[in-house]
Amino acid sequence: MTDKDKTLTAERPATRIAASLSHIVADLGKNGIFLALIAVVVLFQILTVGILLRPQNISNLIVQNGYILILAIGMVMVIVAGHIDLSVGSVAAFIGAVSGVLIRDAGFDWWLAIVVSLLVGALVGAWQGFWIAYVGIPAFIVTLAGMLIFRGLALVVLGNTNIGSFPDQYRALGNGFLTDLFGEFEVDPFTLIIGVVAIVAYVVQQFRTRSGRQSYAQDVEPFAWFIGKIVLISVAIFAISWALASFKGIPITLIVLAVLVLFYGILTNRSVFGRHIYAIGGNRHAAELSGVKTKKVDFFIFVNMGFLAALAGLVFTARLNLAGPKAGDGFELEAISAAFIGGAAVQGGVGTIAGAIIGGLIIGVLNNGMSILGIGIEWQQAVKGLVLLLAVAFDVYNKRRAGGR
Amino acid sequence: MTTNILEMRSITKTFPGVKALQNVTLEVARADIHAICGENGAGKSTLMKVLSGVYPHGTYDGDIVFEDEVVEFRDIRDSEARGIVIIHQELALSPYLSIAENIFLNNEVKGGSGLIDWNKTNQEAAKLLARVGLRENPTTKIMDIGVGKQQLVEIAKALSKRVKLLILDEPTAALNDEDSAHLLDLILHLKEQGITSIIISHKLNEIKKIADTVTVIRDGKTIETIAKADVTEDRIIKDMVGRDLEHRYPDHTPHIGDEILRVENWTAHHPQDPNRVVVDNVNINVRRGEIVGIAGLMGAGRTEFAMSLFGRSYGSRISGKVFKNGVEIKTRTVSEAIANGLAYATEDRKTFGLNLIEDIKRNVSMSSLGKLAKFGLVNDNEEFKIANEYRSSMNIKAPSVMAKTGKLSGGNQQKVVLSKWIYSDPDVLILDEPTRGIDVGAKYEIYTIINRLAAAGKGVIVISSELPELLGICDRIYALSEGTITGELPIAEANPESLIKLMTMEKSS
Repeated sequence: MTDKDKTLTAERPATRIAASLSHIVADLGKNGIFLALIAVVVLFQILTVGILLRPQNISNLIVQNGYILILAIGMVMVIVAGHIDLSVGSVAAFIGAVSGVLIRDAGFDWWLAIVVSLLVGALVGAWQGFWIAYVGIPAFIVTLAGMLIFRGLALVVLGNTNIGSFPDQYRALGNGFLTDLFGEFEVDPFTLIIGVVAIVAYVVQQFRTRSGRQSYAQDVEPFAWFIGKIVLISVAIFAISWALASFKGIPITLIVLAVLVLFYGILTNRSVFGRHIYAIGGNRHAAELSGVKTKKVDFFIFVNMGFLAALAGLVFTARLNLAGPKAGDGFELEAISAAFIGGAAVQGGVGTIAGAIIGGLIIGVLNNGMSILGIGIEWQQAVKGLVLLLAVAFDVYNKRRAGGR
Repeated sequence: MTTNILEMRSITKTFPGVKALQNVTLEVARADIHAICGENGAGKSTLMKVLSGVYPHGTYDGDIVFEDEVVEFRDIRDSEARGIVIIHQELALSPYLSIAENIFLNNEVKGGSGLIDWNKTNQEAAKLLARVGLRENPTTKIMDIGVGKQQLVEIAKALSKRVKLLILDEPTAALNDEDSAHLLDLILHLKEQGITSIIISHKLNEIKKIADTVTVIRDGKTIETIAKADVTEDRIIKDMVGRDLEHRYPDHTPHIGDEILRVENWTAHHPQDPNRVVVDNVNINVRRGEIVGIAGLMGAGRTEFAMSLFGRSYGSRISGKVFKNGVEIKTRTVSEAIANGLAYATEDRKTFGLNLIEDIKRNVSMSSLGKLAKFGLVNDNEEFKIANEYRSSMNIKAPSVMAKTGKLSGGNQQKVVLSKWIYSDPDVLILDEPTRGIDVGAKYEIYTIINRLAAAGKGVIVISSELPELLGICDRIYALSEGTITGELPIAEANPESLIKLMTMEKSS
C-alpha cells in the first residue's frame, strides 16, 4: 500500500488537484453545520455592530448557554440510540431544588451537596432507564411522565418557595472565573497560557491521528488543507482565550464543558460503549444479534442523561443563585433542537457530540444576538423554530442528494 | 392486431454516470407467461419501472407499445389505468388494515352518499379472494396472515383493478415450496382467463415450469428471448452470467473430524403463546469440517431453532442442552453464545444482519469490538486494516471499507455479514438462507466461502429453502417438520424426493 502512495504522489497534478478538491468538498459538506455557525456569528457581528464578539459578550455566551450545552451532550447520545428525553428540564429543576434543600435545610457542605445531587440525578436517570430498557415503554412516554413527575417533585421539595443565597463555592459553578493566578494584569496571562496549552494539545492530537492513519495506509486529507484547518481552529481558540483573558478569565462553566466534551467525545467516538450506541440506533435487531447488550446500553444512556441533567440543573441554579419551581422550563426543547440542528437523525444512528455543541452554540448566538438587537422574546421563539426546521430540512435534502436511504 | 400485448422498443435509460438499460427490447405475447431473468443489477427492475411509469415518459428513450398503441405513462396510476399492475418483491400492504381494506386501498367501494360501503367492500373482496383461492375472512388483518397469503392478497388487489398485464417481481422469493406451488398454479389459472404475466425470478426451476417465453437481460442489454421448448436452466445461466457455469456448486472434499457441537432435546415455545411448541425436542450434531444442512418448509421452525439456540433470541420456555467438544456450554445471551464460539448469520440481513447506515468497517467489527479495543477504546486504524483484509479475502465489491452497507448489492451485503461472523472467530457457524436474493455468480462465491470455513475445521450449519443448494454443498442433511427433526440423511442418500418426504412428515404423536 505504501508503494501505491508513492505512485499517487507521482501522478499528474490535475488528478491530484481533483482528488484534493473532492476531499475538501466532502469535508465542507460534513462540516456544513460549522459553516452555519460561522455564518450566524458573522451575521450578528455585523447586525450588532460588533457587540456580539466583545470580550464580555463572548464570556456571557459561554456562561449563558453552558447548561444547554451540557444537556445537548447527553441528549445527542439519547437521540443516537433512537430515543428522546423530554424530562431533562424538569429533572434540572428538581435537582436544583434538591441541592438547595441539602444546603439550606440539611446543612450539607457545598461539595457534598453537589456530589449527592449528581447521584440523585443518576438515580432519576436509572428510574427512567429501567422503564425504557427493561420494561420496554417508549422513551417518549416514560420521559413525558418524568417531565410531570419531576416538575411536581421539584415543587414538593421546594414547598412552593424559592431557595436563594447559595454559598460562593457553589455559585462559582455558574458564575465563577479562573483568573489572576499570576497576579492582576490588563490581559490575564494565566488564561492565555491555558489557551496556548489547548492549542498545542489540539495540534499534537491532530498530527498523531494523521500519522496513525498514514501508517495504516488510509486516505488522509491534503496536507495544505490539513494545515489550513489547524491554523484556523488554533486562531479561533487563541482569539477566544484572548477575549476571555481581557474580561474576567476562564469561566468555571467552560472548564466543566471542556472536560465533558473531551470525555464524551472520546466515549462516543472511540469507546466500545459509544460504538454500541451507534449500532443500536442504526439497527437495534442487528446490534442485538451481534451480541450488543442493548438493554444495558439503553439503561446507561438514561443514567448518564440523568447525571448530566443534574449537572445542568446545578450550573443553572448556581448562575441564578436561585432554585425555583419554574427553573429549567423548556430546556428539553433547546437541548433537543441543539442535537437536531447539529445533524442528529430522528431515526437514530447518526449524530455527534461536536455537532450538538455547535447546534447549541447556534441557538445560543441567535438568543444572544437577538437580545442585543432588542428583538422581543416572541420573535426569538419564532426564529429559533424556523432555524430548527430549516437546519433539518437542509440535512434531509443533503442526504437525499447524496443518495442515502 | 398483433399477438403481442406489449412491445418495449429500444428502451434506453441512463442514470448519472450509469447506463442502466441500453436498447432493451421486450415483446410479450397476449396471455403469455413471460419470465425475465438476469443477475442482480442487470436492469430487470429498472425495465419494469420504466414500463409501470415509475420512471415517467421522457426520462427514458424508446417506445412502449401496449395493446397496439404507443403509451406515455406519467406515473404508476397511468399504467394501472391501462391494466398494468406491478407487484413488488417487498409487498406494499398495510399490516394493520384488513384484507378488504388493503385490496380497495385508494380504490374504495363507495355507496350513494360518497362514504365507503363496508358491506359491499367485504363482499367484493370475498369474491376476489375466491378467485385467487385464498380462504380467509376479508376482515382479517394483514399482519395476521403469512407472506404466502399476503402475496395472494396483492394479486386479488391487482384483479380488482382489472389487470391485463401482471408484473411479479420475485414473487416466490419469500415463500415456501407449498405456497410457491399454489402461486404458480394461480398464475397459470389467470393465464387461462386471458391475463398476461411477466415474472422476474431467480428460481430457474419454477421459470422452466411455468414460463412460455424467457427473456434474459445482462448488463442492461437484452441477451436473448427463448421459447419454452428451448428453455434449459443451463442456457439461462449461461446467458445471465455470460459464461458457462459448469458447476453451480464448487467442489468440496470434506475432511470431517470429531464432533464439535451437539444439541440435545432442544425445545422452544412461541414467544407470545408460551403453550405452543415451535421447536420440539431437536437433537443435532455437527463435526469439525462438516457442512450440515437443515431442510424444512417455511414455518417448520428452522429459523426459530437457530435463533433460540443463539442467545435465546427467539421464543420462551427454552430448554435443552448444548455441548461443544463434549463439554456442556450455555448460550443464554447472544454475547454468551458468541463467547462460546457460535455465530448466526440471519436470513434477513437488512432487518437483522446489518446496520445499513454504517460503513463496511463498522459492520465487520460489530460483534468483535472487544478484540479491537484496549481499555475500552477501539483502535480505528486496526479496524480499518481488518476490514480491508476481509474486503479483499471475501471479494466485497465496494469502493472502500468506508462505503455504507445500505448501498451494496445483496451478495456483497451477505459477504459483509459473513465477514463479521468470521472475524468473531467462531467454531460453529449457523448460516440461515445464506444465498437468499443473491445472484448466481455471488452464490458461487458464498458457497466457496462456506467450503473454506469447513476446510478450516469449523462446523457449518446451513439452513435453506432451496433443496438443490443443500444437496449441492452439504455433507449431511437434517429434515425438520413442525419443529421436529424427522430424519437425517448423509449426502449420498439424500435427494429431493427423500427430503421432501421427510420435510412434510406429520408429527407421529
